[in-house]
Amino acid sequence: MVRKKGGGHRVSDEAEEDLSHVPLQAILLADSFAQKFRPITLERPKVLLPLVNVPMIEYTLAWLESAGVEEVFVFCCAHAKQVIEYLEKSQWFSQPNFSVTTIESHNSVSAGDALRFIYERNVIHGDFVLISGDTVSNMSLTQALQEHKDRRKKDSDAVMTMVIKTSKPSPITHQSRLGTDELFMAIDPNTKQLLYYEDRAEHMKGTISLDKTLIADHPSISLYNDKQDCYIDICSQEVLSLFTDNFDYQHLRRHFVKGLLVDDIMGYKIFTHEIHSSYAARIDNYRSYDIISKDVIQRWTYPLVPDVQFFGNAATKLERQGMYRGSDVAQSRYAQIGPFTVIGSRTSIGNNTTISNSVIGEGCTIGSNVSIEGSYVWNNVTIEDGCKLKEAIVCDGVVLKSGATLEPGVVVSFKVIIGEQFVIPAYSKVSLLPQPIKQDSDEELEYADEGSGTVETPSITSLADKELKFKSPETPHWSTSELGTSGSFYIWSLDEGGLEEEWRHSVAHIPEDKLAALLQAAENDLDVTAQDGNVLPPSGELDTHTNSENSEDDLDDLKDDSVYFEREVEATFLRAVHENVEVDNVILEVNSLRLSYNMSFVDCAGAIFYSIMKLALETPHNSTSELQRNAVNAITTWQKLLKHYLQSIDEEIEVILKYEEMCLESAKEFAPLFAQILHLLYDKDILPEEAILSWASEKEGADDTDKVFLKQAEPFIQWLNEASEEEED
Amino acid sequence: MPDVQALVNEFLLKLKKRKIEGSQATAKQTAELLRSVISQQRVPYANQAGALIDAVRAVGEQLIAANPVELAVGNIVRRVLHIIREENLSLAADAIGGLNLSAASDDEDDTEQDDHPVLSAAAVAAAARSTLRPPSLHALLEDTLDSAAVPHTSSSGAADKSSRGRKLKHDVIEAVNELIREISTCHEQIAEQAVEHIHQNEVILTLGRSRTVMKFLCAAKEKKRSFRVFVAEGAPRYQGHVLAKELVARGLQTTIITDSAVFAMISRVNMVIVGAHAVMANGGVIAPVGMNMVALAAQRHAVPFVVVAGSHKLCPLYPHNPEVLLNELKSPSDLLDFGEFSDCLDFGSGTGSPLLHVVNPTFDYVPPKLVSLFITDTGGHNPSYMYRLIADYYSAVDLVLKFIFICNFALSIDQCLATRSIT
Repeated sequence: MVRKKGGGHRVSDEAEEDLSHVPLQAILLADSFAQKFRPITLERPKVLLPLVNVPMIEYTLAWLESAGVEEVFVFCCAHAKQVIEYLEKSQWFSQPNFSVTTIESHNSVSAGDALRFIYERNVIHGDFVLISGDTVSNMSLTQALQEHKDRRKKDSDAVMTMVIKTSKPSPITHQSRLGTDELFMAIDPNTKQLLYYEDRAEHMKGTISLDKTLIADHPSISLYNDKQDCYIDICSQEVLSLFTDNFDYQHLRRHFVKGLLVDDIMGYKIFTHEIHSSYAARIDNYRSYDIISKDVIQRWTYPLVPDVQFFGNAATKLERQGMYRGSDVAQSRYAQIGPFTVIGSRTSIGNNTTISNSVIGEGCTIGSNVSIEGSYVWNNVTIEDGCKLKEAIVCDGVVLKSGATLEPGVVVSFKVIIGEQFVIPAYSKVSLLPQPIKQDSDEELEYADEGSGTVETPSITSLADKELKFKSPETPHWSTSELGTSGSFYIWSLDEGGLEEEWRHSVAHIPEDKLAALLQAAENDLDVTAQDGNVLPPSGELDTHTNSENSEDDLDDLKDDSVYFEREVEATFLRAVHENVEVDNVILEVNSLRLSYNMSFVDCAGAIFYSIMKLALETPHNSTSELQRNAVNAITTWQKLLKHYLQSIDEEIEVILKYEEMCLESAKEFAPLFAQILHLLYDKDILPEEAILSWASEKEGADDTDKVFLKQAEPFIQWLNEASEEEED
Repeated sequence: MPDVQALVNEFLLKLKKRKIEGSQATAKQTAELLRSVISQQRVPYANQAGALIDAVRAVGEQLIAANPVELAVGNIVRRVLHIIREENLSLAADAIGGLNLSAASDDEDDTEQDDHPVLSAAAVAAAARSTLRPPSLHALLEDTLDSAAVPHTSSSGAADKSSRGRKLKHDVIEAVNELIREISTCHEQIAEQAVEHIHQNEVILTLGRSRTVMKFLCAAKEKKRSFRVFVAEGAPRYQGHVLAKELVARGLQTTIITDSAVFAMISRVNMVIVGAHAVMANGGVIAPVGMNMVALAAQRHAVPFVVVAGSHKLCPLYPHNPEVLLNELKSPSDLLDFGEFSDCLDFGSGTGSPLLHVVNPTFDYVPPKLVSLFITDTGGHNPSYMYRLIADYYSAVDLVLKFIFICNFALSIDQCLATRSIT
């Protein structure tokens, strides 16, 4: 408490003398802006979903309160009414020294929108904690806050401190224990500055790329893959205005963090604060819901555990073997309640029922001979005799008629009634609401690539996965159909990408055969890369050197990026041609593209030359001579642009290589004209003779197939050689 | 009233979030809170004691529920209730003196008042029996019942009664102040006895860190006793390290050993002196984890096992009572670093259920037969004498506070017993 006050004073010293105490503020985003918890979140906001029988937002608010935050702005968007109603009923509005204010918005579709909205409200006056309402933590903020403030004093560009924690990812599935993708981070070990952040690395490709300048600027860099992002950020006021300035920032990590890291113009820096003994984690998907529930039951989140009444939770007693039992539980003498289970108050359990590793909500009625294993049963659920639940989530008010079976990974949304003896196949999602047919276009744009990582993974893996899929019998495509003998509901169909990845994020643990298949796929992948003669280290090897200093060089050829880049440059160039844009402006535009794609001058030169030649090619022509005339025209018109990028011999050689490549692949029509165009370029002083000669000598040793153009240009090169010799003479 | 409620809420929050550490601090703050509750409580003309008891009990129930593991809260609530009852009785006894003189008028007052002629009779009976100890439950029960039955009182005899009320409140607050003083000086009281127990050139062993033990040892040192201290570090919180530092700062010869080395060292030890979290009614001790092991080692080598504890740690409950939460399991992060073991805790792959469990209990229970001596602020006592001490400090009616229905049940039983004893 004392230290916190001290911190407050320091801020005011810095900012304004007349303010004696700036309260520590926090923005709590009560909306995840994702759809991973659908279909449940169609009916109830994610932050109100119970985690070990307490709504998630309670954990977050209780933590903020205990961490010394004095003012919290709860940003509500989806289901805003429900969140506000809940908060009004809770005790949070009546806390001394802790004010909770809700901010409601209906048209925000991303965290970026939310922050822009809050910025307009002008309520944040200093450093603030940015957290989403699904975060569970017991860390102390004092140290992180102090570090942040000290850094701010020295360097006003240090706008954000990100909390991270060690957590090893699985070497097989390449995802953290929380079910999120493997995260690569490069951190300067001395200053703790974050230099690189990649949470969607193409793990099958086995490479990540770091900018060379990073290593030049930072003598030592630690590269980690065993850090978990806790999604607790201590931000300065600038963060909000940054979001406002860059209106295209949507996602906190994908756009904002990466944007700041790549953009070296503004010079804003992000730092990290690692926590060791305390706990922090964010519920991102069903898997993390499962894991964090288990962490809570195992008391890692102490004091936010069921038997401590931190807020809003009913009195619960801890018994042996991690059993938590609420009041008024009616349990049959013959029921077996296994270890690490939470039973909510007023729940009744029948004869010979076994429950283990599960959370049962309040007011549930569980019949006889029921088996519940690793499942999450929320409030007021009725489970009749003989049901079997394994690793499933069952929401409020669900009725399972006798003999119903839920296979691993099933999610049953609110108030669904499942008929007698009915079997819900693994990984299905069942809801009373039909599946929305088309997602919002905005969200599509933002999150379309989120669920389906397979699009980017090499074909071999997805093939392996697919084979495996078709082998397993219980994954037919369930269309939206009404089923069940005494109940009606929709089983949501899983889209292609979703189906592939469903097991990754489900509450069910990853089955052995999936792991084996993945291992197999990884090995196949390895073989392929070996055959390609690629020198890239396999991803498995990367894992073992988690803390290697000064690690990977810029090995990646960035194929995808360069293709996009080329397209962009071409589009810019064509626009310039059609709209008569000044050459200087074109140069500016290409430069900005270069920065945003993180490309070199070499790439620019290649791309521009490619665009020029393409322009020539696309101008209507009947014969090769006409084509040549077109090319001459184009090159003459745009030589200034091209020359701008030909600063050194590297770029010039690149142009020749590019030209060769075009003649071979995309624009074969140029093939007969190779020598002529080369001559033209020489005449126009675009290519000096050194470049041509060194290209020629480089090509000397190549295969015969590669030499086609060299031979074609032979006379010209000979002439050049002679000319230079003459000059020397 | 509202500001008291705010105080209560604030204290409740602190208890719930486990922000108050140590039973002495908790006891003191509880007593201070209850004092302000009493001073703010408006007393009716009749049955002032009943009103006060109800108020204290209402707050006390909340406090106990907020942190059932911290027994000191319940102890202090019961102590304060006991104080109110005692003060009321002594006032009643005083009044009896005057009653003989103005009996007629007083009786008139009472009969006028309402349909409860029992009151005066009970008061007389109570006063008559007040010379006997322990004080009669019956009288007190009558009082509390009155508070329920008579919501309003007439204004007749107001002056006399209100002065009596003010007198009662004043006396109770005085007594609570005395209690607070007692809590804050208990270390010194205990430490004064140190010279009688620690002799020249002895070796003392202790576990973890207890301020009572620290003061006790330092007091002996100040009296020019020279002795050595072995400190078992008290994993996983390692409070023993802190204690060792403090002892060395006072010039005591100190040796730190691991908890597991206690048995090896015990043969060289003359006496084990430890602190406690709570002392139960049967003489059993709830103490930091690892204490049972130390007690067993001490018994094996016939080394005296001495527990020093302030009287606020005396708990009138029995450890086999299911209402008593004996232990608290803390976060496993004290034991091991989450990051290092995160792969063992990956429930996502493998069997789906965690294979690694980490249990971090805070307390141990040491049965009374392993304890040689208790040193409290009132002197040294045998474990078997604890129940007697407890009878001095607490009223039997207050033992069960938690649930209203149980309270009522207990009351009715007491009533039955009381009526039977009268007939």
